[in-house]
Amino acid sequence: MKPAAFEYHAARSVEEAVATLAEVAPDQGRILAGGQSLVPTMAFRLATPEHLVDINGIEELGRLAVEDGVLSIGACVRHAAFHRPVTDGGLGAILTFMAGHIGHYPIRQRGTFCGSLAQADPSSEWCLAAVTLDATITAQSTRGRRTIAGADFIQGIMTTALEDDELLVETRIALPAADTRFGFAEFSRRAGDFALAMALVSFRLSGGVMHDARLGIGGAEDHPRRIPQAEAALDGQPPGSQAFEAAAAAVAAALDPMEDAGTSAQYRRELAQCLARRALESAAESAAA
Amino acid sequence: MTRKHDITLTINGHDHAITVDARRTLADAIRDQCGQTGTHIGCEHGVCGSCTLLLDGVPVRSCLIFAVQCVGVAIRTVEGLAQGDELHPLQRSFIEHHALQCGFCTPGFLMLAVGILENEPNISDADLRAALSSNLCRCTGYANIVKAVRAAADELRAGP
Ligand SMILES: Cc1cc2nc3c(=O)[nH]c(=O)nc-3n(C[C@H](O)[C@H](O)[C@H](O)COP(=O)(O)OP(=O)(O)OC[C@H]3O[C@@H](n4cnc5c(N)ncnc54)[C@H](O)[C@@H]3O)c2cc1C
Ligand code: FES
Ligand code: FES
Repeated sequence: MKPAAFEYHAARSVEEAVATLAEVAPDQGRILAGGQSLVPTMAFRLATPEHLVDINGIEELGRLAVEDGVLSIGACVRHAAFHRPVTDGGLGAILTFMAGHIGHYPIRQRGTFCGSLAQADPSSEWCLAAVTLDATITAQSTRGRRTIAGADFIQGIMTTALEDDELLVETRIALPAADTRFGFAEFSRRAGDFALAMALVSFRLSGGVMHDARLGIGGAEDHPRRIPQAEAALDGQPPGSQAFEAAAAAVAAALDPMEDAGTSAQYRRELAQCLARRALESAAESAAA
Repeated sequence: MTRKHDITLTINGHDHAITVDARRTLADAIRDQCGQTGTHIGCEHGVCGSCTLLLDGVPVRSCLIFAVQCVGVAIRTVEGLAQGDELHPLQRSFIEHHALQCGFCTPGFLMLAVGILENEPNISDADLRAALSSNLCRCTGYANIVKAVRAAADELRAGP
């Protein structure tokens, strides 16, 4: 199927992009980033935007930097930029591992980190990362700039805090303490498919017990979120099967999973429970950075 | 009425001056307007990989990018692999290892494999299998495709 007709605008700067977007947003104008979600949706005619503002030519949006303890990911940074660790230590390694689960190799050469957040698919690996790791999202429009916390940004299936005339300029993730351990696990029926559920965890260890535990679940509910009951089951406990089982059970109890023709809520709940445990086990095994 | 765009696509080193609607995908433009029909179109939504080609050396789905976005970019398609009568080592390896039957998926697999091996000549077996899972083949089965690419990778690494 072929996308419907639209007017194409190639923006050369962030200012030009937001000025054009302000003009065309009322006529279903949209940003075109990697196109790896938008173009398929247009091919199905589920989206028929009348204008696309292409941001791929904006050099400053390709910025991927670590400065003052913060990882900054510009709007045009592709998934493939994470094929190799972007920082030393556990954060860089876990982002590389997660990137390998996004679609396929050629998809990752075009699709962007920030585009994934703007798309807000419930099974997006990067949405789970943004929520679990407390990312800060910068949005810009002709009305100015504002920042939004990851957990407030993702609101539901393909629903975000972005206004129609706002460009997601960059995502920032504070570098974790050097001794933070990370683990990630997901399940999908075929390589490259969107996951049916996924878990991202991190914790620190001191005096043999875990603290600063984070545990986020994606793909199971209509948007990814941290599970505070599971995190409470980890903090203050030694890492090991007892605490991990308790946290995984808390995940199962807390979730209100989505259902579809092939996947019951009960299946997704048990899957999330299992993946939470696996992610915790791999965090425990990973060498502290 | 939406605007038409006069653009030049550079495919395998040759310039093609064409006029396109913005909605025209790169896959359609190179097939219908540049006469380069080696690149195949299957699903048109990024799943099958039969439209895979290289943009500035990187394998991408040409059904998921618009032709207007590809000005000033080096496009490489399956037509550019052979040097005259001399097949590319990957093409030879596909023949030798029976890595195709009907051949519909083959241009996509070849360009995927060329892109992977040029970017990661020392790729591990596990990473190669994962990367080749990007594309679909409905008849051969994947074992021979993996074998063919592995053998070509070893040959390319050993040098001419
Ligand atoms: C076969 C296939 C498998 C896939 N599998 C996965 C998977 O397993 N996991 C996963 O997470 N994703 C998967 N994807 C989707 C892929 O990761 C996309 O790259 C991503 O969802 C969107 O990023 P993009 O840059 O391609 O955005 P686009 O497709 O260009 O845009 C998506 C949406 O976000 C908006 N948008 C994009 N960038 C901005 C911005 N900076 N500011 C404001 N709005 C913006 C667009 O207007 C559009 O509405 C898959 C895609 C395909 C085709
Ligand atoms: S035609 Fe492009 S991926 Fe199927
Ligand atoms: S050889 Fe027929 S689809 Fe692959």
